[in-house]
Amino acid sequence: MGVIGQLMLAYLAVLGFGLIINIPRHALNVAGWIGTITWGGYLIVQAYGGGVVLGSFIGSVGIGVLSNLVAHYKKMPSIIFNIPSLVSFVPGSQAYQMVRNFALGQYDQAVGFMLQVVVITGAIALGFLVAELLNQLIAFCQQQWRRLKV
Amino acid sequence: MTTDELIIATCLRAGKIMVENGSEISRVDDTMIRIAQNAGVVQANTYVTITGVMMSIQGRNATQIAAVTKRTIDLEKVAQVNQLSREFADQSIDLPTLHARLGQLDQASRSFPLWLQLVGAALVSGPLMIMFRQETINTWPTVVIGTLGYLVFYLLNRYLKIKFLSELVAALFIGFAAEWAYQIGWGTNINDIIIGSLMPLVPGVPLTNAVRDILAGNFVSGPARAVEALISAAALGFGIAVVITIF
Repeated sequence: MGVIGQLMLAYLAVLGFGLIINIPRHALNVAGWIGTITWGGYLIVQAYGGGVVLGSFIGSVGIGVLSNLVAHYKKMPSIIFNIPSLVSFVPGSQAYQMVRNFALGQYDQAVGFMLQVVVITGAIALGFLVAELLNQLIAFCQQQWRRLKV
Repeated sequence: MTTDELIIATCLRAGKIMVENGSEISRVDDTMIRIAQNAGVVQANTYVTITGVMMSIQGRNATQIAAVTKRTIDLEKVAQVNQLSREFADQSIDLPTLHARLGQLDQASRSFPLWLQLVGAALVSGPLMIMFRQETINTWPTVVIGTLGYLVFYLLNRYLKIKFLSELVAALFIGFAAEWAYQIGWGTNINDIIIGSLMPLVPGVPLTNAVRDILAGNFVSGPARAVEALISAAALGFGIAVVITIF
């Protein structure tokens, strides 16, 4: 399965989650594209051996920045775009393995998976923080630019 | 109703709708203050948590509280409140109209029909299973079980109105269905089927909002939402753990 297939699947998954949490109709397509682009970023990081944690971090920074730009452009709240886009980055597989190993009594493996879940979730949260910083920087630059032009 | 009372009632109604439908706290604060300023109030105070919204106008006697008892996820309503607030800001509607429109918005339900939500669940479970596990053999069982699992959750949540219990039962259903699909030879890997099928039930909105609220400094609502997300995740995990222990 190629990269194109992965990107299409990412688009579909984001669209599906958008339908579940009921985002406005004309935001669905854009949210899907944000999910696709950031999943592409994640795949690039993976291709250079960056690992899941760095990939999730880059992905969530991308989601934060792109959502904010689109939110300004379409005049909608940015959570409409960043919640569905994030669905591909949820460490669902690791969380399941954690629960499974706890249920089977294999605690050493369970703790390992739990740490992975914590680190990936932390990377996503940190990514949001960095994205917030970048958003304020972008807003500041735009303000200065407008002042210079006037 | 005096003007002060109408301003406070409008702001509270907007804030209540936004909190009820899954907006982050700083946005609610911002929208309420904006409506108040555009209505001519120089200094308004708002205090927003996920269980209640309060507002007062500085120097007047008017203070009101609106309790938030139910919480669902409907981001369309959040977007519409935003839109109405914008229209009020560029004066295309006046304050009584805004108040009335917010009331209509609260009553009307413009969510996607159930079948479209089920299509959404199918789109989440199948593709994410392939993306996470890099295999396509178990796609159809995952899509079917994921869709049915979401249906179970939706119906129970509608009539039982206890979210965590609905999630627990849906997780049990998914676990047993995956085991059944594996035993009749429809699927080859029970783990992959369960991972994909659970994805539509992941508490994405409370989790994202918890992070955003904590980063914005709302230390009452952020951790409360994190607890909500954690209990949801625990309910899902417990349901699956029961199935794994049985088989």
